Amino acid sequence: MTRKSGFATFVGQRWAVLFLCLEVVVFSIVGQGFFSLNGVQIVLFYGTSLFLLATAETFVIVTGGIDLSVGFVMGFSAVISARLVAAMVLAGMTPLTAIILAIIATLAIGLLPGLLSGFLVGRLKVTSFLATFATGGIVYGISLLLSGGGETKGVPDLANVIGNSYFLYWARGKGFSIFTRPEVARGTRVIEILPSMLVITAVVVIVAAFVLNRTRFGRHTYAIGGNEDAAVRAGINIRRHYLVIYALSAFFATLAGIIYMLEYITGKPDAGTSFLLDSIVGVVIGGASLYGGAGTVWGTILGCLILSVLETGLRMAGVPTFDKFIAVGLILILAVLIDQFFPELIHKED
Amino acid sequence: MADNSLAPAPFSSRSSAMAIFGRNWAVFFLLVMVVVFIFTGKNFLALANLQTIIYSATTSLLLAFAETFVIIARGIDLSVGYVMGFSTIVCAGVIRDLYATQFGVHWPAGVAIALGIVAGLVASLACGLASGILISRFRVPPFIATLGVLGVAYGFTLHASDGGFPIAFLPNVLTEIGNGYVYYYNPVLHAYSFFAPPAGTTGPQIKELVRLFPNALILTLVFLVLLWHLLKNTRFGQHTYAIGGSMDAAVRAGIDTRRHLVQVYVLSALLAGLAGIIWVFQTGQGNFVPMGSNLELFAIAAVIIGGASLNGGKGRIMSTLIGVFIISIMANGLTLTGVETFWRFIATGVILIVAIVVDQLFPDLL
Amino acid sequence: MGYLLEVRNIVKRFGGLTAVNNVSMGVAAGEVVGLLGDNGAGKSTLIKVVSGVHRADEGKVLFQDREVDIGSPMDALAMGIETIYQDLALAENLNTPANIFLGREKMKKALGILNVLDHEYMHEESRQVLEKLDILIPSLRNKIRALSGGQRQAVAISRSIYWDAKFLIMDEPTAALGVAEQKKVLDLVNRLKSHGIGVIVISHQMHDVFSVADRLVIMRRGEKVAELVTKDTNADEVVSLIVGAETVRK
Repeated sequence: MTRKSGFATFVGQRWAVLFLCLEVVVFSIVGQGFFSLNGVQIVLFYGTSLFLLATAETFVIVTGGIDLSVGFVMGFSAVISARLVAAMVLAGMTPLTAIILAIIATLAIGLLPGLLSGFLVGRLKVTSFLATFATGGIVYGISLLLSGGGETKGVPDLANVIGNSYFLYWARGKGFSIFTRPEVARGTRVIEILPSMLVITAVVVIVAAFVLNRTRFGRHTYAIGGNEDAAVRAGINIRRHYLVIYALSAFFATLAGIIYMLEYITGKPDAGTSFLLDSIVGVVIGGASLYGGAGTVWGTILGCLILSVLETGLRMAGVPTFDKFIAVGLILILAVLIDQFFPELIHKED
Repeated sequence: MADNSLAPAPFSSRSSAMAIFGRNWAVFFLLVMVVVFIFTGKNFLALANLQTIIYSATTSLLLAFAETFVIIARGIDLSVGYVMGFSTIVCAGVIRDLYATQFGVHWPAGVAIALGIVAGLVASLACGLASGILISRFRVPPFIATLGVLGVAYGFTLHASDGGFPIAFLPNVLTEIGNGYVYYYNPVLHAYSFFAPPAGTTGPQIKELVRLFPNALILTLVFLVLLWHLLKNTRFGQHTYAIGGSMDAAVRAGIDTRRHLVQVYVLSALLAGLAGIIWVFQTGQGNFVPMGSNLELFAIAAVIIGGASLNGGKGRIMSTLIGVFIISIMANGLTLTGVETFWRFIATGVILIVAIVVDQLFPDLL
Repeated sequence: MGYLLEVRNIVKRFGGLTAVNNVSMGVAAGEVVGLLGDNGAGKSTLIKVVSGVHRADEGKVLFQDREVDIGSPMDALAMGIETIYQDLALAENLNTPANIFLGREKMKKALGILNVLDHEYMHEESRQVLEKLDILIPSLRNKIRALSGGQRQAVAISRSIYWDAKFLIMDEPTAALGVAEQKKVLDLVNRLKSHGIGVIVISHQMHDVFSVADRLVIMRRGEKVAELVTKDTNADEVVSLIVGAETVRK
């Protein structure tokens, strides 16, 4: 396609970035306090679960699969970690030990659903859609079993302190302090910079981006998504690779569940269900192809930012949040349509 | 040639006996499950309970039938649960607005209900058209197209119901039809009647009433026969299989595949919309089926458990019926056995895995 | 003349590339013509012009001595020009009769009102056409998936014959077949001749073409470089024409 005008090409290639800018401009005008340090942090804070789940989904989608279980695994890990913390505190441990031990245990348990999906996809050649749906159903059932359907009580307040802490605080006269809120007189403003959970998420996402983009593991992931047969012939152990991919996906979802537990000092099975749609939409807006072989973590993060800004912006502009779903659906369709009209710009397919 | 590795399997009598069992494992499984529940569940075989199973399976069946056509055509429709919710709210909203006096006109219940049904169907038709056109004309993958429609339908549903509040104050006749039976017998008066308890039935006698054939059963049977016929004996059905088996073959055989795909998704949405309308009749209100109940996933699971494949080209109405009954009888039986409902999710997941693995062991050649 | 199908001065360009340059050829009824050429020689493009996939930029197509406008594959099918593609275009999940009647299903009235598929009729008709062409299929009720490559080929050909194909275009008919099956398919092509059907066979396999074709048309870089009677030539001459004489002389 040599005939397309320069402008169309420009817009087609960068529509997601331009769309994000447009959103920011619009919401800065119509939203109350959107364009501020606080506004930005709310956007990012809301985004933490989404960033993690969408990163999980990116790895799976690049292999040409889909992971329907991420939301359920997130709920599962929120319930498990909350139950573990509560049980350990009840057994007489200090809150800090309990939280640390529970997080470690949950991270290990959280790998199980991923290993099950990976086994089904890699070894038994089950379509990822069905494999992860089955895993999701099983995990959701177990979460309901453990939580009795409601919220898990008994998580110490320390969790909340950790979950809602900031990386940096600044107060007049006290300067910066890391992780600990400075003691100030009543009425003095403390500026909070970077929620801790966001910092953790950012570190994980950066590592994930590095793994997908710069390592042999990442290359193999693209190879499998591009042409599984070719990958097999090139000597890639795809069974093991799928196992790792789905375990990785479950790991990110588990982390999101733990963060949920820390932020809300509770765990419930539905903690992540509403993020499934958003996470897939985020990945697709970010330029990944559901046919596999294309997609980047940074593209996904961009896609998630579009959704996160939309959610927060609509709320600050006083629009009922349920209109968000209409917008998300339309953006998703828009994203694929642009993908159809500018395929050579976004990713190459035959 | 992408997949010619499927070498023709030789037929020997022993392997074909295994294959018959393998291909029909769902029927055997259903039978075994029923037998187990007869012995372990309280009143599983009671007439009332059997009718409850039918009654509560009506909407699941319609959603699974919708999904059957789409899956045979090698697609997926993630929106059925939300289209059902959308249709529920639109239908109930229209009935309420016309029936209530708030606009100064008080329409008769019958007219309000009829218009409500039409509105519900039109709303779902719009969803189906949107999915179908996106998929066939713009070549958007079905997964994404129906996911987008899902989001939009969900948003409109929340909008129309002020964020998910049930729409109440609907005419009582709705539940009288929706929860009614075809045949009533009053053993005290020795009288029987159709569609309503015999005249003169007093309050205390209601408990004694014998009710047979829930209206839902009749409706289910009608749709079962209609859709079975459509899939098995018509050009539409044959072309659905062909498109799912090989899009190329269908195109070269002169089938208008674009139009056909639109029709498949419209049919799917209309069946989902109908499920929503029936939901209004059964509950007597416009109660949106909330997120997290994963209706579309259970519908897909039922179709796959019945033996269809996400790779398209296979599936049957009767198999889907079995799939739906496996899931709904399991839910019912587990409840009666005193097991809590979360096992439904776990068991569905496990059965689904079994279904897929069995399907791979016994390729479908006949 | 007396050609069943004839193309005159066909030119087809894709952007700056001329895929077919001023090619003329003809095939008589009951005649098999082999179309030969290296990859990219323009064979497929020329065939696609005849089967309605591409529209020629210049030149005309004559069928039964009348100039015809083939705008789509459907137009070609309606005239009786059928193409048997390499991948056969069969729905593997359906059985033989369903594939033979795909898109043109026979309906019957049930209960006087309902239009239903006439499975029995389609089964019987399929059996007859297979018999007419001496094709053996184990059971017509088996899905195509259960058939061998040669059997699939035979089903695809019988479909065309059943629907009164007057002209068949076969793209690499033996490419994916075992040796025994190759022979069966070539025998079938020879039988088609006796039914008065015109055939173009595209193939890389010199042996195939020599065993069925009456004449050979050789293309190179979009142009027709030779037209030979099969029995007056040999494989060496054909090969040198395909790759270009200059190359051979070196």
